[in-house]
Amino acid sequence: MSAIQEAMPATRGSRDAIVRRFAMTDAIFHGMTRAAAILVLVLLGGVAISLFAGSWQALSTFGFSFLTSESWNPVTEKFGALAPIYGTIVTSAIAILIAVPLGIGIAIFLTELCPRPLRRPIGMAVELLAGIPSIIYGIWGLFVLAPFLQTTVQPFIISVFHGIPGLNSLFAGPPYGIGLLTSSLILAIMVLPFITSITKDVFDTVPPVLKESAYGIGCTTWEVTRRVVIPYTRIGIMGGVMLGLGRALGETMAVTFVIGNAHRISTSLFAPATTISATIANEFTEAVGDLYTSSLVALGLILFLITFLILAIARYMLMRIDARTGA
Amino acid sequence: MMTLCVIAAGIGLAWLALILGALLYKGSAGLSLDVFTQMTPPPGDAGGLLNAIYGSVVMTVIAVIVGTPIGVLAGTYMAEYGRFSKLTTVVRFINDILLSAPSIIIGLFVYELMVRPMGHFSALAGAVALAILVIPVVVRTTEDMLNLVPNALREAGTAIGAPRWVVIKSVAYRAALSGIVTGILLSIARISGETAPLLFTALNNQFWSSNLNAPMASLPVTIFQFALSPYEEWQQLAWTGALIITLTVLALSIVARSLTGRREDK
Repeated sequence: MSAIQEAMPATRGSRDAIVRRFAMTDAIFHGMTRAAAILVLVLLGGVAISLFAGSWQALSTFGFSFLTSESWNPVTEKFGALAPIYGTIVTSAIAILIAVPLGIGIAIFLTELCPRPLRRPIGMAVELLAGIPSIIYGIWGLFVLAPFLQTTVQPFIISVFHGIPGLNSLFAGPPYGIGLLTSSLILAIMVLPFITSITKDVFDTVPPVLKESAYGIGCTTWEVTRRVVIPYTRIGIMGGVMLGLGRALGETMAVTFVIGNAHRISTSLFAPATTISATIANEFTEAVGDLYTSSLVALGLILFLITFLILAIARYMLMRIDARTGA
Repeated sequence: MMTLCVIAAGIGLAWLALILGALLYKGSAGLSLDVFTQMTPPPGDAGGLLNAIYGSVVMTVIAVIVGTPIGVLAGTYMAEYGRFSKLTTVVRFINDILLSAPSIIIGLFVYELMVRPMGHFSALAGAVALAILVIPVVVRTTEDMLNLVPNALREAGTAIGAPRWVVIKSVAYRAALSGIVTGILLSIARISGETAPLLFTALNNQFWSSNLNAPMASLPVTIFQFALSPYEEWQQLAWTGALIITLTVLALSIVARSLTGRREDK
């Protein structure tokens, strides 16, 4: 103690300097962290601006018809985005239709039915699967799922629905194996872990008291789930589904393997088609001419705007459920 | 009705098991030392994936070196200096959107930003694209983990006269270290399988190249090219490469999770 006091007078003169230096270092560090945070905003802004700039040539050449035209002809340089947009929306919609019931089912199983010792391993397995790269799903879809669909499932469905009006045009044509339906199945299995883990998380936010009181008046597990858990977490589930939809819309590699890359709109789910991301992935490096490249960037811009909107809605919904549990 | 849930769980898990099973079966068939010591072969020849693995590692390392400091700093601002500021709310929202934005869009962005002005594809552009994918993951986990550090610790640091940055560096970072490392591992797991942003930034390269200013091979892009080829040797290599990536990603995720798991037990 006395040693410190003896040392004090010697350092007194430089003490102000030390405090000033501390304050300055702090200001620098504060500034650096702030700059990094702002950089995140700049990144998203930069993405938007560069996509606008890159697609300007295509948008000014084709105008609004870029969105409504189905033709995609690199030779005559006529480009329209309707077929990729159609493919993107149809594949994502079917994928969500398949994945949502499965995902919610698994989440209910994990939170209400699963024996306790199995809960963590299965939950962890689901989350690990969310991290598997999309190219893995793509290669599996191309070499395993597509041949299987081509040789067994598709001929069967085609023969069953052959004479039924409406359905026969939905499931028509030669069984290629690859196409809209195959892509949708791959997308469904890819977004399944996302939807499951978010649904499970929001199910866990239901106060036990609510469930217990429902059980107390004699409800079955299903009634508790149906009348208490799902209504209580509706916004969170919707947020999870939208997040899954955002993934499905932007998913590139898995779809590129199995979609067939055909620029046409067909009523049959077995027909090869294309999506926005698959078109970009397949054609970008081979695109000759500025207008072709610009049209592909314009496709990217459309995808960016769609996913931004969907993800913003999803985050807004999930933020609302976070706010509720925080309060 | 509840049986339907069990069936759903069964279908989901069986489906995923099917994919992993096929991957293991087809991938392990071609697994040999050659895969790690030979270059990617011309069509119809035997070979390995050495240059592709090297390219992936190089670009991943650069991406992590570039992306991690930015992500950690931004996360630090959100959790420490600006915890209640408006900027933090906006950045959190935008960061969450970046987190799930389609990676091919990031590829297009880097193409416009770097490849077009430079006039050629390069490994550097690929690394930048991957770095942009690293940032949101690291920002998110850093913020979350720093928010978990009890305020009493920070107050104790401030009470003995430490300035803010010392408190952050010596108290908050130290307490949140395993969580931040988890975030970095998860981001590596994420980018090691990314294909779309590399397609038109780093492109691909049939040969060994350590030039950052030239196109470079990467494992995912090589898998993409080989899987869609008609040659059997290439398809086999694609499966083996896919198995290598999956095992890497799973190992990283498991290590990351066990790090945070230990934390929760404490």
